[in-house]
Amino acid sequence: MKLPIFLDNHSTTPMDPRVLDAMLPYFVEKFGNAASRNHAFGWAAEEAVELARKQIAKLINADSKEIVFTSGATESDNLALKGVLEMYKEKGTHFITSSTEHRAVLDTAKSLEAKGLATVTYLPVDKYGMVNPDDVRNAITDKTVLISVMMANNEIGTINPIREIGKIAKEKGVLFHCDATQGVGKIPVDVQAMGIDLMSFTSHKMYGPKGVGALYVRKKSPRVRLVAQMDGGGHERGMRSGTLPVPLIVGFGKACELCEQEMATETARLTAMRNRLEAAIMGGLEESYLNGHPTNRLPGNLNISFAYVEGESLLMGMKDIALSSGSACTSATLEPSYVLRALGVGVELAHSSIRFGLGRFNTEEEVDYTIKKVMEIVTKLREMSPLYEMAKEGVDLKSVQWAAH
Amino acid sequence: MAYSDKVVDHFNNPRNMGSFKKDEDGVGTGMVGAPECGDVMKLQIKVQDDMIVDAKFKTFGCGSAIASSSLATEWLKGKTIEEAQKIKNTDIVQELNLPPVKIHCSVLAEDAIKAALADYQKKADKPEAAR
Repeated sequence: MKLPIFLDNHSTTPMDPRVLDAMLPYFVEKFGNAASRNHAFGWAAEEAVELARKQIAKLINADSKEIVFTSGATESDNLALKGVLEMYKEKGTHFITSSTEHRAVLDTAKSLEAKGLATVTYLPVDKYGMVNPDDVRNAITDKTVLISVMMANNEIGTINPIREIGKIAKEKGVLFHCDATQGVGKIPVDVQAMGIDLMSFTSHKMYGPKGVGALYVRKKSPRVRLVAQMDGGGHERGMRSGTLPVPLIVGFGKACELCEQEMATETARLTAMRNRLEAAIMGGLEESYLNGHPTNRLPGNLNISFAYVEGESLLMGMKDIALSSGSACTSATLEPSYVLRALGVGVELAHSSIRFGLGRFNTEEEVDYTIKKVMEIVTKLREMSPLYEMAKEGVDLKSVQWAAH
Repeated sequence: MAYSDKVVDHFNNPRNMGSFKKDEDGVGTGMVGAPECGDVMKLQIKVQDDMIVDAKFKTFGCGSAIASSSLATEWLKGKTIEEAQKIKNTDIVQELNLPPVKIHCSVLAEDAIKAALADYQKKADKPEAAR
């Protein structure tokens, strides 16, 4: 077993070597511009792009013409929200989203709000992090032009009732965008069955290269239109100008093909490994709390709060395992995870959370090592924690007057 | 963010981790911070004849917070009350090479020292009330 271990597969994933093999010819040898219509170099590039488009479309049950390449999911989210609200501004400016979306959606919504281009409803989530479809229905007005709800949450892995929300959107004639960055490639996604009109996703979360993503834009019933956010050569049906990064797109396509072929076996393997990790840690350590939905979540996801110990110190104590924490100390904003807060998790437990993200290249041996390390460090840090000591003495920590600073 | 070697050393090998009984003679206890803020430090000193003969800490917080309190106990031992009053957070920042985002950990450690000293003084002034 090689150290350090990468258990942070929600942040990014290592590229599959088979993806790299597919990409290699498109750097030096087949370097053409896919928009060059009059020579063999261009044709070779275009052919490769169109194959990738098909591979990607197949994974989500779309038509290849409905795939718009972008630089990644953040750009896709920006293009979907800004492009749609600008295009349909005569109809209205009301936009519905949820409080646990990724910042690429939340900050885009805030920016649109600040410019007076949207009035935004932020839906709450339940204690598992799920959006209630009835809340979506009740929030829709005759001015609502767009709903955006994520498929699966990046911190807690909870999967939203996308099909139900899609159905409501269709009924009410409102467009539905889904940020499926964490879903595509990991769980079955079908834009037809789910009633999705626009969908953001990215290559590097599914063992493809960084720097390329896609926005699915529905072509019929309804034909979705949006205002391009980048002016130029009119690539991608005029929705996103810029020369296509052919090698990245080829890799993205290959990554989608592999995810599709291996999804069933990979889901079973990851779920079993995750469940084993969960059972060992939660069974072995008192006052450890699962964040997110107990069953309805991404196969490789596990998010646990360890009472009385702070998340960054946990990460520091396991520096040969790459993990992520909802602790304020690990965030740029110095606030603990807004996702956990939205679930109603107490601030102190949000500070104490660790996200485990299992992926394609993790092994049982790595899980064993992680279990051992987590038990050791949590026990060690609790011995060091005045809060644990007080709790053991029977002090109710909520009744203490803290000298806050 | 990479931690300095000294922070890592204190984190891996905390000095003087533990507790004295709060009502023990000559013990002063300072507890600062709040769980909601992500850090709580408990710092204790044991004083004999105006000299700090022992110190202990327990800390809930990030690695830098743990290191700051561990270092504080090391520095407190062998100092007089008056000398201990002079320990500044900036000394801790310098010794541990803390980045700007972690300066509050050193401030908390200084607060904990001050709180422990004040608690000791209070008990020394009114020995019966401390029981």
